[in-house]
Amino acid sequence: MGIISSGFQGRRNRDDPGLPPGQHRAEDFPVLSAGPTPRIARADWEFRIVTETGTSRHWDWAAFLALPQEDITADIHCVTSWSKLGTHWRGVALDTLFDQIETTARFSLVHSYGGYTTNVPLADLLGGKAWIVHQFNGADLPSEHGGPARLLVPHLYFWKSAKWVRGLELTGEEIPGFWETNGYHAHGDPWREERYG
Amino acid sequence: MSSAWHIVDVVAVQEETATARTIGLRFPLPVRSLPGQHLDLRLTAPDGYQAVRSYSVASASPPDTLEITVEELPDGEVSPYLVRKLAVGDQLEVRGPVGGWFVWRPEDASPVQLIAGGSGVVPLMAMVRAHDQARHPAPFRLLYSVRDPESVYYRQELESLAGSSSGLAVDYVYTRRAPAGRPVGRLDARILASSVFGPEADPAVFICGATGFVETVSGWLVDSGYPPERIKTERYGGMGGTG
Repeated sequence: MGIISSGFQGRRNRDDPGLPPGQHRAEDFPVLSAGPTPRIARADWEFRIVTETGTSRHWDWAAFLALPQEDITADIHCVTSWSKLGTHWRGVALDTLFDQIETTARFSLVHSYGGYTTNVPLADLLGGKAWIVHQFNGADLPSEHGGPARLLVPHLYFWKSAKWVRGLELTGEEIPGFWETNGYHAHGDPWREERYG
Repeated sequence: MSSAWHIVDVVAVQEETATARTIGLRFPLPVRSLPGQHLDLRLTAPDGYQAVRSYSVASASPPDTLEITVEELPDGEVSPYLVRKLAVGDQLEVRGPVGGWFVWRPEDASPVQLIAGGSGVVPLMAMVRAHDQARHPAPFRLLYSVRDPESVYYRQELESLAGSSSGLAVDYVYTRRAPAGRPVGRLDARILASSVFGPEADPAVFICGATGFVETVSGWLVDSGYPPERIKTERYGGMGGTG
């Protein structure tokens, strides 16, 4: 593009290979939510996967913690242009949860406590690409960051990593979620700058 | 819809406070915008380095010109350039306006409660202005928490609107220093309850500010019986996403 701002230097992250195009590095952890933070007690929490045939499986907090736990280090990229590199999380891989699921669905609609939804293809959830996480930097995930548990899909823009996650609805057709029906991209790959729909 | 970058002309700059400036951007064509949306703005340095930031739109009139108000962040990369160096006659690349959630839609007849923390007033001012320009019958109320009198954005315009028959009422909370005779102190649940439409009025609520402010105020409202689905929030930085 031809518009050069001659007085603008910029100062950070030049040629930083961890940053997708149009992103800058955030040292803090900004909180972005569309509404009030839901407060969910772990005693009331459950996570449920409902398949395209209507069968479902769910885990309460104890059953969820009894599953194999993984430590994940990942870069996260928010569509508002901040990225946070090398974040540390702990949780359960979607692969582990799907070991107990029979499905041929290609898409999922992720549901959260509080009503938030986002759509993610199964191809982006499986194969070591996504987790349900409950710890951040070694501590319980704070509610403003999605606790008790949130989805973590670090290779997509962070609005896909739904906070306060409560379940997945598996579907044959892609059903747009909350931001995806409010002007944002259906897929959200930061390396391809899939920001807006 | 809005993923293309446009080249816009800087047609006006105006100081709002010692650290904030309103910038008028003229588009090549009229732009459709909803009050509450934001723009992405891209700067390119002479060596090709680019930086992108999101800024809320403050005003959308006349229809080919949008205004943003930018607060200079002490450690900012982009905002010091916009507040200190950018001049009328410069050009910028912008994308948008974007966002379909944190917006006021005039077809909604509900009373509207706006709650601003500091520079979070910017997208709410777009709603106030759209409400006034439409001579919209819905009652509007703005609660504006700010450090001191000198930090108030759009002061004269807000005073004028609040004193007119526009249907806008404005309450200020001064957290560090107040005009003579006015209390100083942070917003608390009691002041909040006395400064906003009650839950029985079923207002559409928009809150914008720093994270702690938005978290605290939205929590008080939910505890007081406002339905969470009637409360829309935006933290500094554009899209009220789920990052």
